[in-house]
Amino acid sequence: MPAPVNAGTALATARERALAVLGGEPDDQTLGRYLHGIPGVDAVGLEQRAAALGTRSIKTTSKAWALDRIIELIDLTTLEGADTPGKVRSLVAKALNPDPADPTTPRVAAVCVYGDMVPFAVEALGAAHGDPDDGLISVAAVATAFPSGRSSLAIKLADTAEAVAAGADEIDMVIDRGAFLAGRYGEVFDQIVAVKEACRRPDGTSASLKVILETGELVTYDNVRRASWLSILAGGDFIKTSTGKVSPAATLPVTLLMLEVVRDWHRLTGHKVGVKPAGGIRSSKDAIKYLVTVAETVGEEWLVPHLFRFGASSLLNDVLLQRQKLTSGHYSGADYVTID
Amino acid sequence: MSFLDYAPAPESRAILSLRDSYGLFIDGEFVDGRGTPFQTISPASEERIAMIANANDADVADAVAAARRAYDRVWSKMSGRDRGKYLFRIARLVQERARELAVAESLDNGKPIKESRDVDVPLVAAWFFYYAGWADKLDHAGLGASPRSLGVAAQVIPWNFPLLMLAWKIAPALAAGNTVVLKPAETTPLTALIFAEILQQAELPPGVVNIITGAGDTGAALVSHEGVDKVAFTGSTAVGRAIAKQIAGTDKKATLELGGKAANIVFDDAPVDQAIEGIVNGIFFNQGHVCCAGSRLLVQENIHDEIVDRLKARLSTLRLGDPLDKNTDIGAINSREQLDRIRELSDAGVAEGAERWSAPCEIPENGFWYAPTIFTGVQTSNRIAREEIFGPVLSVLTFRTPQEAIAKANNTPYGLSAGIWTDKGSRILAVADQLRAGVIWANTFNRFDPSSPFGGYKESGYGREGGRHGLAAYLAPAPIGQAAVARSATKPAITADASAPEPAAKRPRRTQKATTKGSKR
Repeated sequence: MPAPVNAGTALATARERALAVLGGEPDDQTLGRYLHGIPGVDAVGLEQRAAALGTRSIKTTSKAWALDRIIELIDLTTLEGADTPGKVRSLVAKALNPDPADPTTPRVAAVCVYGDMVPFAVEALGAAHGDPDDGLISVAAVATAFPSGRSSLAIKLADTAEAVAAGADEIDMVIDRGAFLAGRYGEVFDQIVAVKEACRRPDGTSASLKVILETGELVTYDNVRRASWLSILAGGDFIKTSTGKVSPAATLPVTLLMLEVVRDWHRLTGHKVGVKPAGGIRSSKDAIKYLVTVAETVGEEWLVPHLFRFGASSLLNDVLLQRQKLTSGHYSGADYVTID
Repeated sequence: MSFLDYAPAPESRAILSLRDSYGLFIDGEFVDGRGTPFQTISPASEERIAMIANANDADVADAVAAARRAYDRVWSKMSGRDRGKYLFRIARLVQERARELAVAESLDNGKPIKESRDVDVPLVAAWFFYYAGWADKLDHAGLGASPRSLGVAAQVIPWNFPLLMLAWKIAPALAAGNTVVLKPAETTPLTALIFAEILQQAELPPGVVNIITGAGDTGAALVSHEGVDKVAFTGSTAVGRAIAKQIAGTDKKATLELGGKAANIVFDDAPVDQAIEGIVNGIFFNQGHVCCAGSRLLVQENIHDEIVDRLKARLSTLRLGDPLDKNTDIGAINSREQLDRIRELSDAGVAEGAERWSAPCEIPENGFWYAPTIFTGVQTSNRIAREEIFGPVLSVLTFRTPQEAIAKANNTPYGLSAGIWTDKGSRILAVADQLRAGVIWANTFNRFDPSSPFGGYKESGYGREGGRHGLAAYLAPAPIGQAAVARSATKPAITADASAPEPAAKRPRRTQKATTKGSKR
């Protein structure tokens, strides 16, 4: 395959790593044996641990740091049927300058839009378009027949390739939950590998791939854990909880569980995978609980844009209000932050 | 900066309005003690919190006499429904003053505020609510119709859960119609004395609950006092044994809740992340000052290394320090004596060849502290696998088969609690069936509920606290029916009543009267 060198190496490494971990070809049988051999999850214990992490009291300087970091980790999102270029430009303006009253406010990590909106986001960002680790803003696109994933592989791949060609830096794909629940793990694996392949650009670089498990449809924690392993084995750069279109979306126990998988994968291979809880995180208080959970489960080094993101829209304004409160000492109100 | 160095988040002490010195709570009022007062200190800083009265024999006699008067004149005659109202009122006041009680508990005991706030105090309220509901339903306590109360209960409680142990003792005693003289531990009297203020606030009739403070001699004087009908003790096996000897030959009933060396058994199919949390909660909850602590980790040999690695990683995230900081996981050791004992046993572990590992944490300059510690390579014959350490020290042992796990778990003079971790439900049942322990947790550890009986086998004591069984410790069957005739031949009034031709069950009112008479001593 005339693949560009670095992407080809990365893919080959991912595949070799998967084969080494699995001890065989990634077909239904091998994957099934592996995924079902992973220790189970005790739901009561998991939820207790998440609740305990949620009682951490983050005050003063820690809170100030946390609020800024939350903003830097947000994928500011609009995923509506009613999205227009104007709405996307407005979103980008907010991403670039979240609080017009306070220029010290950091920028968000990325804007997240449907594939057809990518060109408008790229255009609106202009010179600010780039890697959030460099203080720039990425464009993330949902793809692969988001949110249901009910389409042929060819369409999913075309969807992905089109978004990447339009300038998307990150692809948020959905897994085929139907295939997963039916035990066709090989099919889910192959689809992730194929989408990852479609993330490549002609210059040899590759868009980052976030794999959405849609945990609200997988229902059990055991399923979430298996789907997390499956997505990581297949080469996902991030595992993401939800589309935001299914309830429940992100919860703290589910995110904790996915972080534990990421931690175990890192222990096993030395390779770091990101986590993105998305949907339902609306308050600073909740978001801080996620930061605590990340720091105490995988470590503080995960609190960077290429390893942790919040998929959110209304969260940003609550963080801005909290930030204003820390500076001024009093609460303002919804009219002191911009609607988008 | 590092995010994980969370900024200090101390719970405010402003909510407390402590006195400089506390008397004995006898007959509804605080009175001076006649012994030499002692101080109670904060184990986290060694600062003095308050001076505490010391009850001598005469004070003990006064307290027992007050309890007797209250029993004879008020409490034993009050309807169950009215007793219940007082208990409900106490429960609500505990909830209203929850934050104050939590702060006082952490200050005096050294336990983290998150535990006193989220575990101890809510359980205290739950215990009073639960037994308040029982007060007018004693016919259904399992002892037949119209069971009678015992009289005056002498209760001696330990320092590890000062207020919770008070609730475990007082709530069922009062619900069943007994009056109480309670002695809190010497190092942790503070919350019991604040609780006495709550009793005043609740307008509980004077003498129904008396709280006397002092050291071991006060406790010994109390349990041996001839006016006492019931002894309830939670504490060490050595003291429990002494109490059993002391009251042998008297007609005092006793409930003893003593030491433990619980096995926490982890099978290779356990939900591993939750098992790690459970192991941590099992032994490092309350600095390991828990009689039912999972101090012996029995881990299946094939996952030993992985479990130990994960455990070490998890322990490294525990935060040791100021008990009043809301982010503290591990507080202070309760006293210098206890710290010395933990150190001695821990050193014995090293001397016997086990490998010690302590979590890397900064130990504060003042106060009593011990870093969370695990011992690997422990043999069943080692002292640290046999003796109760009562501190944040875990001994890790291995097993190969379920049979071996059961044998090792049972191979202890104690039998208070045990834990089983496995994904397989049938194994939980099969193993639990063969463990000789009073409480067995499956895929969890150190969970308590007022409706669940708690108590031990063997040297862990006898009697049960909590649930319907906990009531039985404070009740005797009504002396009616044929069995009662034989048993209470020396009590003519009751015999006459019981031998009446009409079945007793049809005459509940007369039976009630007979019960009252019969219970006077």
